[in-house]
Amino acid sequence: MLLIECPYCGERPELEFVYGGQAHIARPQNAPDLSAQAWSDYLYQRDNTKGIHAERWRHTHGCGRFFNALRDTTTDHFIAIYKVGEAAPAALKTRKVAL
Amino acid sequence: MQPFSGLSLLRRGLSGQRGWTQQWRRAEPKGAYDAVIVGGGGHGLGTAYYLAKEHHLTRVAVLEKGWIGGGNTGRNTTIIRSNYLFGESAALYDHALKLWENLSQVLNYNVMFSQRGVMMLAHTVHDTQVSKRHVHANRASGVDNEWLTPADAKAFCPPLNIGDIRYPVLGAALQRRGGTARHDAVAWGYARAADALGVDIIENCEVTGIRRDSNGAVESVETTRGLIRTPKVGVAAAGHTSVVMKMAGIQLPLESYPLQALVSEPVKPIFPCVVMSNTIHAYISQSDKGELVIGAGTDAYTSYTQRGGLHISGHALEAVCELFPMFRRLRMLRNWGGIVDVTPDRSPIIAKTPVPGLYVNCGWGTGGFKATPGSAHVFAFTIARDEPHPINAPFTIERFRDGHLIDEAAAAAVAH
Amino acid sequence: MNGALRVDAGGRINRARPLRFTFDGHELTGFEGDTLASALLANGVHLVGRSFKYHRPRGILAAGSEEPNALVAVRRDDARYTPNLRATQVELYDGLEAHSQNRWPSLSFDIGAVNDLLSPFIPAGFYYKTFMWPRSAWKSLYEPRIRAAAGLGESPTQADPDRYSNRYVHCDVLVVGAGPAGLAAASAAADVGARVILCDEQSELGGSLLGEPDGARAPQIEGERASAWLTQTIDTLTRNPRVSLLPRTTAFGYFPHNLVGLNQRLTDHLANPHPDSPRERQWQVRAQEVVLATGAIERPLVFPGNDRPGILLAAAARTYVNRYGVIPGSRAVVITACDEAYRAALDLHDAGVFIATIADVRAQAYGPLAERARRAGLPVQTLTTLVGTSGRLRVNAVQLARIGDDGKVIDGVQTMPCDLVLMSGGFTPSVHLFSQSRGKLAWDDKAQSFVPAQSAERVRSAGSCRGTFALAAVLEDGASAGSAAAGDAGFANTARRPAVPAADPAIGAYAGALPQPGESTGHKAFIDWQNDVTTRDLALATREGFRSIEHIKRYTTTGMATDQGKTSNLNALGFVSRQLDKPIPEVGLTTFRMPYTPVTFGAFAGFARGDLFDPTRTTPTHDWAARNGAVFEDVSLWKRARYFPRNGEAMHAAVARECLAVRKGCGIFDASTLGKIEVVGKDAVTFMNRMYVNAWTSLAVGRSRYGVLLRDDGFIYDDGVVARTAEDRFHVTTTTGGAARVLAMMEDFVQTEWPDLSVWLTSTTEQWAVIAVQGPHARRVLEGLVEGIDISAQAMPHMSVAPGRICGVPMLLFRVSFTGELGFEVNVPADFGLAVWEAIHAAGQQHGITPYGTEAMHVLRAEKGYIIVGQETDGTVTPDDAGLAWAIGKSKPDFVGKRSLQRPAMAAADRKQLVGLFTADSQVVLDEGTQVMLERDQRPPVRPLGHVTSSYYSPVLSRSIALALVAGGRARMGEALYVSTPNGDVPVQVTSPVFYDSEGARLNG
Repeated sequence: MLLIECPYCGERPELEFVYGGQAHIARPQNAPDLSAQAWSDYLYQRDNTKGIHAERWRHTHGCGRFFNALRDTTTDHFIAIYKVGEAAPAALKTRKVAL
Repeated sequence: MQPFSGLSLLRRGLSGQRGWTQQWRRAEPKGAYDAVIVGGGGHGLGTAYYLAKEHHLTRVAVLEKGWIGGGNTGRNTTIIRSNYLFGESAALYDHALKLWENLSQVLNYNVMFSQRGVMMLAHTVHDTQVSKRHVHANRASGVDNEWLTPADAKAFCPPLNIGDIRYPVLGAALQRRGGTARHDAVAWGYARAADALGVDIIENCEVTGIRRDSNGAVESVETTRGLIRTPKVGVAAAGHTSVVMKMAGIQLPLESYPLQALVSEPVKPIFPCVVMSNTIHAYISQSDKGELVIGAGTDAYTSYTQRGGLHISGHALEAVCELFPMFRRLRMLRNWGGIVDVTPDRSPIIAKTPVPGLYVNCGWGTGGFKATPGSAHVFAFTIARDEPHPINAPFTIERFRDGHLIDEAAAAAVAH
Repeated sequence: MNGALRVDAGGRINRARPLRFTFDGHELTGFEGDTLASALLANGVHLVGRSFKYHRPRGILAAGSEEPNALVAVRRDDARYTPNLRATQVELYDGLEAHSQNRWPSLSFDIGAVNDLLSPFIPAGFYYKTFMWPRSAWKSLYEPRIRAAAGLGESPTQADPDRYSNRYVHCDVLVVGAGPAGLAAASAAADVGARVILCDEQSELGGSLLGEPDGARAPQIEGERASAWLTQTIDTLTRNPRVSLLPRTTAFGYFPHNLVGLNQRLTDHLANPHPDSPRERQWQVRAQEVVLATGAIERPLVFPGNDRPGILLAAAARTYVNRYGVIPGSRAVVITACDEAYRAALDLHDAGVFIATIADVRAQAYGPLAERARRAGLPVQTLTTLVGTSGRLRVNAVQLARIGDDGKVIDGVQTMPCDLVLMSGGFTPSVHLFSQSRGKLAWDDKAQSFVPAQSAERVRSAGSCRGTFALAAVLEDGASAGSAAAGDAGFANTARRPAVPAADPAIGAYAGALPQPGESTGHKAFIDWQNDVTTRDLALATREGFRSIEHIKRYTTTGMATDQGKTSNLNALGFVSRQLDKPIPEVGLTTFRMPYTPVTFGAFAGFARGDLFDPTRTTPTHDWAARNGAVFEDVSLWKRARYFPRNGEAMHAAVARECLAVRKGCGIFDASTLGKIEVVGKDAVTFMNRMYVNAWTSLAVGRSRYGVLLRDDGFIYDDGVVARTAEDRFHVTTTTGGAARVLAMMEDFVQTEWPDLSVWLTSTTEQWAVIAVQGPHARRVLEGLVEGIDISAQAMPHMSVAPGRICGVPMLLFRVSFTGELGFEVNVPADFGLAVWEAIHAAGQQHGITPYGTEAMHVLRAEKGYIIVGQETDGTVTPDDAGLAWAIGKSKPDFVGKRSLQRPAMAAADRKQLVGLFTADSQVVLDEGTQVMLERDQRPPVRPLGHVTSSYYSPVLSRSIALALVAGGRARMGEALYVSTPNGDVPVQVTSPVFYDSEGARLNG
């Protein structure tokens, strides 16, 4: 069970959250005019990144807010947490590990 | 290929089992092949076997980044069934089931296909409606599936607790032809048989790039063991499909999730069949070795770590203890995770791609093992003929664009 | 015979507390503080089990959780039967009843041992090569026999009556393992104020110190005997309120983000556990910092016949002597590649065991321990290997041979009688948890082991689990790890160094099989005791081309037994490395997986059983319904009254009566489970326009409308009546099962797609009790109760909504119907739900008011062709498919799912559309889910036209009705089709899905 840092409430166990899939996929404004392929890409295409993945979480059993996170899908470690509407942080701080 | 039989075991036993030679060659990559299969799991090895056996392509290589059968082939709970709702799915999985029924003999390798029956429980009125719909649809598809009363279900699986539980068992759908098989043997059996037909099985060889010619068609694959020229690349890389396909510039509607399974300590025979409960998430059978083999769910988030959360396996055991309270004192021996690639409609993709010469077999979610022989068989057809077999024709990439989904998961959706 | 094999004094057993126990029915005695293993050895019992495959007699190899052989079942009663327990971990209690396993008819005479003779023909993986002909024999003949032969113990056959609990905690520093390193770490961290949890799998804290001799030969720590230091250290920790000490607690799993799973055993060691006490408790500990002090496991040596009872790990024998006061034999041969075996030899010698020889496979044995052994007069032979053993049920002799300078065995065998063999191949650091945490391991050639290299979590290793073996160094390592961990957790980092004597030198280790003369002596040399994997099996696997250690493991099953290779993995690696002529790190290391040792299923399930398996949601009238005989059904987490049988009515009779009551008079129904979402804000109507397919702008305050919600893929997701209660306020209802996910979907759009909209969403599902009053008399029932609302047909037409009061409490009254009759839905605050229900029920008596359940509701709505999401729809159904295209707001530029409805597949002529079906025989009720066919008696596989979604007997129509999704269905009105059933095809006629009152006259009454 992951430990997830809600930007509004702090660190909470994963059980309080619902995963929201890849972040930064905006619903097209001009949906009715979109080509079939473009609409299908919006609906279904995901980066499925192996590595640093920008994703959404919702603190459903808490404040109820959506937020974004960068997580390394090869380790499940979170690298950054940021709010909806903000761009993904470019500078990735590396996690401190100890022996 | 040295024939396997009771007699050969006896004969070689007299000389200390020393006469056996390697089951498949340790092939070195050659410079060029007629077809290259990326991924040495059951699907990839099977594809190579059928390419050689039925389509007479002998210059075939299987590239495996680790050791064959080390991905989802060796990590699943080995449940085999074909009682899917839609005709397209039932045809695909039943094609596989029919191949399973003779696979040990065809490969001369005992894959221990055990038709113990797969029983899927219904706990609510809605479950019952969905299960019966499956039973009736399967009858139309020519796939065996029958409806059992709770008492029948208990008779078929005596450890089952049908009464005094939070979600009582209201009935069950039973496919008697379903069962389990020995997962490693499937990989090894296909490898040995493919190798005997000249297929090169190359382990510890990771594909790092896919090169295309000026027409955009596949030209070669870059690997950690050198460049390999080939006009046809079949990708059967399960959880890593997205990573491999990106090398050819193709994005697929896939997400990769951790999926866990676990076994108990081995005990004497106590559990006669396979039981699945989609409502409370329990999947259980007993292996030939005596371990209870239990499937858990996927985690909520995408990951390539091959491990999932404690609460996921814990939830699976809650369900097992609820349905089989006599197993509460048994103990978890080993828990492991795999990576499953999931499509939006939970059905696989077995298809040509927009890149000429590139074919993909992916998106099996939690259910790929059962399809192994059938999937490999039609994928080989697709690669060899450059057109899909009628059975996999519906399982295209374009179905997502056009809306021709084969949505087995949605069909079981709960509401009221 | 008890006591004969005990030293007179010393150890940690309580000689004043003898305990009776039975093993296979034999009555024996031990002492408080014994394990089953130590008590058996004290009674001279070495034969305790049979091996998995060859049924070879097996004894006790180890003294801890790594034991591969001595598996027993412990029975308290028929329902409390636990198989496969390690005798080395079973604490003795008075009356303990233990049984050996996997033998028939008895442990000493086991028919299955014939497998040992057949072993030339059943090598590793033999089952892959045979049992294939004839095909049918696999299921009928071979597999049942293989299964009967496999397995170890018997499963319990009754429901386990014991309880299990769980606990979630946070701490600053979790220390795993309470040996010297762990105690030092915990003390150091606790001294600076950290919240510390210290757990250990054993019954007592102390780890390896528990196996040390006391008195004159005791090791010294900080100038005192180790036992005194141990007592003081534990005492100090116990008195610290910020420290939790957890003996009998195994850290079984290491999960992401420093979550560690612990399994605490609470009652298995007690003769008479308190009936209310849980048997085990699972802890999930989220630690800021973790210190692993998990120790090391002694490695057996691999030589022919190394599995006979009486052959023990040297350190285990030492533990039996020092901790339990047990003398495990009278005449011992020691075979070793490690200095520690000399320590064992010295301790056993002191206890009166004759040490026949210490055979050391190394060229030199110069360490201080070897010197002490020589000074004590113990014979030491270097460059000596063990080439065979004898003895059927217990070892009675060994054969030794010399190793030449070239490493080859020199001819000439020395046979040495003995009843005890001690062996040591060095110590394997227990890196299981570190590896589970995804830390990287490195190969240490000197220790012939993998050791922790780089952490992936906030974790440190200390002591012998990272290859530090000398006590002084271990203590120092533990203390500094504890200090550093506390420091990283935000406390002072003050390295504390206990005063210790000089460190021992490196102690030696061996991985693989001992040198043997020629090819083979015909005796098996075991790598994996429990799974009966021998050197020959591993050699066969490599010969057959298996090279990856993962393949070899799977092909031979080495390391896959219940001990998960704790004593075998390194020897397997060492052996394979020599076979393949590859260094061990290149052969690879099998992945360590949770759990460290097996963990009871029940401990994972914890409290989640029976009623607590899932939360149960009940409506305000639940108890009333139960009192009135309701039969309930599970709908998501809710219990809903399905029907109210009277006087033993069957369901169909009760449902028919309830349906007719609604059609002819009045029914009352609890609709409280429907989801309710309050949508509020100045942009509420914009939001609703974007979410739902319907046009909302035109909906007047005080009016309601049937709303349809799609996913963006165009398929129906949910439906429900939506009322506009103010310009900026909508009361949205959802399906029972859909409430949470509809709110989640709305929140997603509000927060992430349309943050510019001023709108708020609140779930009010549980705030309102919803009482549906339906039927021609509904108005008359309510008239006398409703205050402040004119509910006449003119003032309150169908689909109107009005606030008011009922029975003195606030109410939101809906004129709405899911039955096709004149109907109202009374919404009152949930706390008043039951009182209002009872008042309406009482007032309705004169009108024959009848409570009805979900089943009658389903029939009534089906008579009207109203769909149920999840029954008529299945995630593949569009509004048009369901006959709901009329609901779509045609002029809206966009709504969720709109674009998807333009996809080619959505416009296909053969899409399945909702229709009604009449069976030719009006009394035949079709099974729901049956398939609709174009022609009769088609042979499978056939593609059906569709399927029956709902099917009931309609009491008011006195015939069966069915709703179905049929390809091109609306163009087939009147067409004759067939429905396939197991008993043949049933002719049906396609009809409108509205079977009753198609003009809606009753609705508007």
